Amino acid sequence: MKKIGTNTFKLDDLISIVSTASIVGPKESDGPLKEYFDKCVEDEFWGEKSWEKAESKFIKEASISALNKSSLAATDIDCIFSGDLLNQCISSTFGMRDSNIPFYGIFGACSTFCEALSLGSVFIDAGANNVLCATSSHFCSAEKQFRFPLELGNQRTPNSQWTVTGAGSVVLSRNGKGPFITHFTPGVITDMGIKDANNMGAAMAPAALKTLITHLSDTGRSPDYYDMILTGDLGYVGKDILIKLAAEQGYDISNVYNDCGVLMFDQAKQDTHAGGSGCACSATVFSGYIYKLLVEKNISKVLLIATGALMNATSSQQGESIPGIAHAVAIEL
Amino acid sequence: MSHVDSPKEYQKFIEKESPNSPIVKNCFRAFWVGGLICAIGQLIYFYCTSKGLDNTSSSTVVSICLVGLSAFLTAINVFNRIGKFAGAGSLIPITGFANSIVSPAMEYKSEGYVMGVGAKMFTVAGPVLVFGISSSVILGIILCLFA
Repeated sequence: MKKIGTNTFKLDDLISIVSTASIVGPKESDGPLKEYFDKCVEDEFWGEKSWEKAESKFIKEASISALNKSSLAATDIDCIFSGDLLNQCISSTFGMRDSNIPFYGIFGACSTFCEALSLGSVFIDAGANNVLCATSSHFCSAEKQFRFPLELGNQRTPNSQWTVTGAGSVVLSRNGKGPFITHFTPGVITDMGIKDANNMGAAMAPAALKTLITHLSDTGRSPDYYDMILTGDLGYVGKDILIKLAAEQGYDISNVYNDCGVLMFDQAKQDTHAGGSGCACSATVFSGYIYKLLVEKNISKVLLIATGALMNATSSQQGESIPGIAHAVAIEL
Repeated sequence: MSHVDSPKEYQKFIEKESPNSPIVKNCFRAFWVGGLICAIGQLIYFYCTSKGLDNTSSSTVVSICLVGLSAFLTAINVFNRIGKFAGAGSLIPITGFANSIVSPAMEYKSEGYVMGVGAKMFTVAGPVLVFGISSSVILGIILCLFA
């Protein structure tokens, strides 16, 4: 691995994504990508007593599924990198507590999926053979922690996004036929003073812009080098903002760019306002949809930029603005 | 010149880029649903007085009925849909108050009856109670002093 440019790392070893798995909840199962997910769960509780327990089950089952598809045994996995949105990452830790695999719980809000892929790649580059990366989120547990009770009769603003219920899991290996992680660009925390917790897309777009431009200038690539540039969960509002901001900097991304939160739901039919969000948004869209496009060779070069809003309920109540972050991972055949 | 040069510039740009809530539509819905809820209350009131209850008792029966109905509709996952449609129309009458107590009670049942339901029941309605009661105390004192 070597550093190129200001903030990008180029991986010399071929780090292969050998398998992925995605499990989603009922609303995601009605969305445009339903046929790409491995499992669609019709009950938000998934037979558990609480949403938190259900979310742990999502990440556990997605990880078991990814492991089974990779034909590796649990003992072959050197380390897990996993994270979610709940306090102290309990979905990940409770989901993985029976795994008996070395575990690192990580937090990057909704950017956690790319954070996990980056750290997993570094781990393999440093000598590990196989690493499992997983993230989850759950609409109900996220609403409970960050906003209001579900049964409260309030109105959502047009900018608000819908936390994706589900989990995505991938197995990285030094032995595999690809797709390969070739570069990653860790993001810097970017805060443009947005305080509206219902407008995450606007809060995170500048972070995505910074990471995107850093990645492109470090690698000397143009946006068109990629078949697809995908942000994690900027949603409709953030997506439009990013296209405009990138154009101001001289990068026309409109032909290749989309957002996982935009792809996840049908905005007109599903009443999801500005689109999907959450750790599971980029994880399930990548694990379910994008990975299949890569394996079937419909596309060969993807830049995935998972975006995160690094705030909590207390910081919002104390009037703090919302710092954004975005981590980019380049995946190529 | 870029819109991310300064936070001030960016916030101005965001205001332009972000869609606004449909205020006229929301106001119209709030008006007629809120009016309907009040009309239902008035009908209950007329019924009570026609049966011979005095005015104060009739008002109490109206409150009990609307709170009970709102709590029931919250429990069967209907009130949040009414609230989503009507906004302040169902929030401002006493129905909204009942909903704001029942909904966290349901949500936090998984944390037990004491630290869950009991402790969290007033997370939404608590501030309304605190400042409602405080302001009525202050008004009461003013009334005592000047009346």
